[in-house]
Amino acid sequence: MVMSMFDQLVATLDPRAPLILAGFGVASMAFAVARDSASASPRVVEFTLTNGLEVLVIPDHRAPVVTQMIWYKVGAADEPRGSSGIAHFLEHLMFKGTDAILPGQFSKIVAKNGGEDNAFTNHDVTAYFQRVAKDRLPTVMAMEADRMANLRLSEEDVTTERKVILEERRSRVDNDPSSILQEQMMAALYTKHPYGIPIIGWAHEVSALDREDALSFYKRFYAPNNALLVIAGDVEPDEVRRLADETFGKLPPHGAMNGRSRPQEPEHSAPMRVELEDARAGRLTVQRYYLAPSYASAAPGEAEALDLLMRIAASGPVSRLYKRLVIEQKTAASAGGWYSDSGLDAGRIAFYAIGAEKISPAELEQAIDGVIAELRDCGVTQAELDRARSAYLAEFVYTSDSQSRMARHYGWRLATGMTVADVEAWPERLKQVTVENIRDVARKYLLEKNSVTGILVPAPDRTSRGEQPVHAPVPGRS
Amino acid sequence: MRQAWLRRPSSRHDLGLAPAVALVAAIPSAPADAMDIKRVTSPGGIEAWLVESHDNPLIAMRFAFCGGAAQDPEDKQGLAYYVSGMMDEGAGNLDSVAFQERLQSLAMRMDFDASRDVMLGNVQMLTANKDESFDLLRLALAEPRFDVDAVERVRAQILAGLKFDENDPEEVASLAWDRLAFPDHPYGRPIKGTKASIAAITSQDLRDYVRRVFARDKLVITVVGDIDAETLGPTLDHVFGALPGRSSLAPVADAKPPLGPTREIIEMNVPQSVAQFGQRAFPRKDDDFMTAYILNYIIGGGGFSSRLMEEVREKRGLAYSVHSNLFPYQHGAVFVGSVATQNEEVAQSLAVIESELKRLAEEGPNAEELASAKSYLTGAYALRFESSSSIANQLLWIQIEDLGIDYVKRRNDLIEKVSLDDIKRVAKRLIEADRLITTIVGKPVDAGPKEVPG
Repeated sequence: MVMSMFDQLVATLDPRAPLILAGFGVASMAFAVARDSASASPRVVEFTLTNGLEVLVIPDHRAPVVTQMIWYKVGAADEPRGSSGIAHFLEHLMFKGTDAILPGQFSKIVAKNGGEDNAFTNHDVTAYFQRVAKDRLPTVMAMEADRMANLRLSEEDVTTERKVILEERRSRVDNDPSSILQEQMMAALYTKHPYGIPIIGWAHEVSALDREDALSFYKRFYAPNNALLVIAGDVEPDEVRRLADETFGKLPPHGAMNGRSRPQEPEHSAPMRVELEDARAGRLTVQRYYLAPSYASAAPGEAEALDLLMRIAASGPVSRLYKRLVIEQKTAASAGGWYSDSGLDAGRIAFYAIGAEKISPAELEQAIDGVIAELRDCGVTQAELDRARSAYLAEFVYTSDSQSRMARHYGWRLATGMTVADVEAWPERLKQVTVENIRDVARKYLLEKNSVTGILVPAPDRTSRGEQPVHAPVPGRS
Repeated sequence: MRQAWLRRPSSRHDLGLAPAVALVAAIPSAPADAMDIKRVTSPGGIEAWLVESHDNPLIAMRFAFCGGAAQDPEDKQGLAYYVSGMMDEGAGNLDSVAFQERLQSLAMRMDFDASRDVMLGNVQMLTANKDESFDLLRLALAEPRFDVDAVERVRAQILAGLKFDENDPEEVASLAWDRLAFPDHPYGRPIKGTKASIAAITSQDLRDYVRRVFARDKLVITVVGDIDAETLGPTLDHVFGALPGRSSLAPVADAKPPLGPTREIIEMNVPQSVAQFGQRAFPRKDDDFMTAYILNYIIGGGGFSSRLMEEVREKRGLAYSVHSNLFPYQHGAVFVGSVATQNEEVAQSLAVIESELKRLAEEGPNAEELASAKSYLTGAYALRFESSSSIANQLLWIQIEDLGIDYVKRRNDLIEKVSLDDIKRVAKRLIEADRLITTIVGKPVDAGPKEVPG
């Protein structure tokens, strides 16, 4: 199987993680299985500083390195109307400097300490992280605490960074028809909820963002009582507590953070369709999204059932969708799907298929519909459930092999309202899911009226572009 | 996200030096120092490097057969890549679906990847399932089926992928660059093949490739995790013992990337142009390689600590992503960078890059830059040894590049001993700023073909 051929494309189709590092994968409950009590590694330890900062420590003593992540409970869905992209813009600006850190020096100092750093923004969270040798933890913790309260921005910083972000938008979206379509599908799926607004922002709104927008967003949301600190690696909880008290602990909390209230999505009463014809589409691609609850918003048991439903239906070459479309019918070159489970307010289900040669959009869509109808009408078999569930549970062993993935997983869940107990009870809850539960959620959520269908069609090229370069190469001196 | 994770095209190998390595003089010891790498030889004479770690109930195995896409016959471009896509499509008495279901039942991960010089295998398994998992790997290597149905399915997938690549500016810029840098050489050909070459490949071609390349004399293996040497020895014979003793590889000539200046523009209807630039470099065994590696960190390998990031992004806002890399392929090394800037300003990005390269060649890095680079490269080396899988990857490349089992312990010293004079001399030796080969994909404004100076 050459799924890797489509990795980049699928990453583009997958709206779960638009501004997240490649290689880390997406947040998935699969990582949440608690370590076996027989394991040598201690469980996670959590505590809260007096200023409200939540702290989670995940000890892992195999290598003398640590991962620090600070998660702010704010994301693109919390932006003021008309200022789309400000959460992500601020994330970039957080690297500019403070009174103590000269402009542009943050990442350079981390690097000089033999560390790596980066950050990402999502609709619900914004996170910053460093990976360093364990003796450098005090340095990066002090730096992270410093920029939580003391960010300094010049007009020039903001002007230059706005150009960078518009280039980032061109790279991620404007240069790529499948990203353009995905952006439109999200806007159609969430007509009212801000999940319909792209994390990177609409270009015209990003162009108008300024220093004041960034600083007011920063002052409103960046505070110890709106954040979670996760430290994974070769550390002891007591040491982390002492360091955190000396750094983050000195920062005053903000007044009441007022919760996070976003406009919620109304019931949909008709399916929507988005079609894009583009000379650079490559191959015909059909996608289907459905509104669904997330782990944070679902009724008890529903998210677990949706999770397993989508593993069986659309995850990898043994899934229903791949077997039917790619192996049996040969209507698609590849096909898959996923459950976006990590949103604070809502989740979604997605299916996609990349057309085989000479297949029409209608035929490909019909093929996807056939599989979905079968799931709705007949559910899944016990054998499918057993196999998918055991493989899913085993994924945690692989995840727990990496401290940075563990930090990411726990951080994501805790920053979106779950508790450590929720995370650790997840495998048990998964074990309780029955084929009946799966059939029920399939019937409840795979509803046409809650769907958006996106079709990307290759158009004949009307530009002058050909395989030939327009200018011949100039030979060099010999 | 603030910084693009460097996308490493599958056509390029991981130097084992990539952006993750570091070490500060003051950082005590790399985890690597404490790591015990054993050389295990099976009763049948197959060697592997082993790092035992019983903290987690899993085993990571990585292996490579030397002879990757460079072994593709000229009229069968994409053959190695095609083989890599077929290795989990059925073996022995298991057809494609049965094989995939078996992988899932064992919660085992198995993938193959064709790079220029080697065919890579990557396997992860749970200790509890290790016997069945190793057995499935043995089956995949020794008895691949290449059923017609699976061969045609994978062919259709590769062709679909090529169709997407044709419209991906980054991919188009990269393929065009390889073509210019490696004329008449396997490295100049696309690893994934072409529409015509993929259409022409037969099941017999796939079998022939496996027979020629999957042999014990060109095999290197690394194992990390929950297994001891006594168990691993016989396992190596079980998994790899049935393969032929001798490979039969076609000789690959040494490549001589031509000197530029050469600038090729490929028009594509996109708002942002993607450019790739580069030139010849030094092989891995060159005495100056490590110095050139540090130099590349300072030029464009070091993220926000690099000159190109500073000049192109931080000062001018011309790009989100700009970076460079050294690729010391076995038969020809190159220094390559890339940048993406809106069509109207891409010429400016390239002018800034050329002038920065010229300045570095003339003046070399300064003492502070060298110190910072050393401090990162030595300090961050430890970060590459975070998980079983990442340790296995590091050790595998050390074997492929034949750097010695003690390399992990020696590496930081090799970096520390580079002096300012060394790096200034190597900057002059390496950088040929007015000789660059550049490809641009998009609708660049005023970036026309490069005139030959003088």
